[in-house]
Amino acid sequence: MSFINYSSREINCKIVYYGPGLCGKTTNLQYIYNRTTPDAKGKMISLATETERTLFFDFLPLSLGEIRGFRTRFHLYTVPGQVFYDASRKLILKGVDGVVFVADSQIERIEANLESLDNLKVNLQEQGYDLERIPYVVQYNKRDLPNVASVDELRGLLNTTMVPDFEAVSTIGTGVFNTLKAIAKLVLTELKKGGG
Amino acid sequence: MTNHQMVMYEEEFNKIQQVCDRLVKDANAQVVFIVDKNGQLIAASGDIDQLDTTSLASLTAGNIAATGGMAKLLKENEFATQFHEGESSNIHIQIVGQRVILVVIFDNRSSLGLVRLRVRKANEELTKIFESLLQKVADPAQPSPFDEITDEDIENLFKD
Repeated sequence: MSFINYSSREINCKIVYYGPGLCGKTTNLQYIYNRTTPDAKGKMISLATETERTLFFDFLPLSLGEIRGFRTRFHLYTVPGQVFYDASRKLILKGVDGVVFVADSQIERIEANLESLDNLKVNLQEQGYDLERIPYVVQYNKRDLPNVASVDELRGLLNTTMVPDFEAVSTIGTGVFNTLKAIAKLVLTELKKGGG
Repeated sequence: MTNHQMVMYEEEFNKIQQVCDRLVKDANAQVVFIVDKNGQLIAASGDIDQLDTTSLASLTAGNIAATGGMAKLLKENEFATQFHEGESSNIHIQIVGQRVILVVIFDNRSSLGLVRLRVRKANEELTKIFESLLQKVADPAQPSPFDEITDEDIENLFKD
């Protein structure tokens, strides 16, 4: 749910990075955080376990510049990817304006990707959203690993609606900002259309 | 998604800010702030210069969301009030009108009893303000900043 604040001249939007455990959602946010100038970002918060697995969420507030005198601020969230944290994932999806699905390209993670995507659809439906109607992009992460499925194969399984998709190696930043720009643009375009 | 959008206008913001300013004084609080349930900061008052209000707002919303999830499991509608006691600072959290969250941070110059009393009054005032704000937002005649924004404006934002 976007928040338009006439008083502070700000447009605030919420983007959620979704995907199976260890696919690189937190790494996407960390890269964005590390490569953004201090005046454009707030503090990154990670609610993680002692072994650095996301327990509740990561949060990164980001300013992307001004449109017609309104500062555009995006709140980036990740969900915990592990299957048993489903209750937390549902909470984080509340009020979402756009979703990035981060897929793990490794062949042995294909089933985990499909399970997570199904889970995303179900959890969005519970909140009254339809994945086919909200701003949504897909990122095929870990393209640098040797045992990856082809992009065509991943696309056929995970991106049947042909939304914008990107290859990525989030540890070194490849594709990270392209993904972010694409989802931010879709969110703003949707708001302009009168959604949000 | 249209009916979910939150909009804050100057007039309502000023009224909300006044309630926060007054609550800081009346409750002897250090900080008062209001967050929507999605973690967007709406207003803040008091000694906020050294405080990361954006992070606090997000964590407050996460906290309320988690507590709301627990309430649901116990077949409760919500836990409208929370209190966290620290060594020097305490936090009182109150859900207002099922929509926004009123947070009061206070130290030993105040007391839980005083904060609860003052929060109750502020809650009533804020509920009225947010009810009228929601009615205003639902009015299709209200302008949106997006009425003037073109596709080109959006494109320009993402030019390298």
